[in-house]
Amino acid sequence: MSIGLSHYLVVAAILFTIGVLGIFVNRKNVIIILMSIELILLAVNINFVAFATHSGDIAGQIFSMFVLTVAAAEAAIGLAILVVYFRNRGDIAVEDISMMKG
Amino acid sequence: MLPVIVFYLLSTIAVGAAFMVIAARNPVHSVMFLILTFFSAAGLFVLMGAEFLALLLVMVYVGAVAVLFLFVVMMLDVNFVELREGFLQHLPKGMIVAGVLLAEMILVGAASITADKGKIVPTGGKSNIEEIGDVLYTEYAFFFEAVGLILLVALIGAVVLTHRTRKNVKRQNVSEQIARTREDGVELVDITPNSGIE
Repeated sequence: MSIGLSHYLVVAAILFTIGVLGIFVNRKNVIIILMSIELILLAVNINFVAFATHSGDIAGQIFSMFVLTVAAAEAAIGLAILVVYFRNRGDIAVEDISMMKG
Repeated sequence: MLPVIVFYLLSTIAVGAAFMVIAARNPVHSVMFLILTFFSAAGLFVLMGAEFLALLLVMVYVGAVAVLFLFVVMMLDVNFVELREGFLQHLPKGMIVAGVLLAEMILVGAASITADKGKIVPTGGKSNIEEIGDVLYTEYAFFFEAVGLILLVALIGAVVLTHRTRKNVKRQNVSEQIARTREDGVELVDITPNSGIE
């Protein structure tokens, strides 16, 4: 019994699904939604690294690194927007954000 | 045998913690479980031979992103119980979508991976960091710089978004100070005795 590519892919698929489920069930809480997005990106990273190791090509790991950076930038911007929104509204309920539409 | 045990242990912890991220009542607990998820994922990366990425994951996520989340969760004075309304209401629908998604992904994965060697081999004879360094600054130099640009934009964006200028704060205005002349600042007045200044 050994651990192969498909084992890692299944773990990544489960993590991805949990991330999507998190967006579904925590519709009102932006912070949890942002964390769910981080989970989804982690699943993507696991896939990249698994395929990189499987095919013996380092490119997947490089790409995974780029995904990591973009995810960090996204989290920073998202949380900054959240802080500004909270400062203006005193609340972070996502359902009220439609007030910005033209 | 040991790698198999470690794999199942780490992936179980990762999946369980990931579920707790979305299910925990307290957002602070969610952040803690997020840290646990990333830690276990870093362990999985080590198992796959990506040591550098594992370290990067711990540093970037546990060291920076999770702390940022924690900071925001603790700073915002929000009633999180109210935000949890509709959790059970959306759960069945979400479960259906999640189940279909998972089944699809596993089916596609199982169908498309025919040449599963059954074992993940460590790449090359060089160390992981050496290998990444070899290509990162040569083949992927432009991408590397683009990523730096993205980080710069994120940095400036976050500062611009959250920065606010307060009123009623006395600040030094250097150009005004330098532009000041003797005529603006000093006035000579002839005072006749016993009259004072108007």
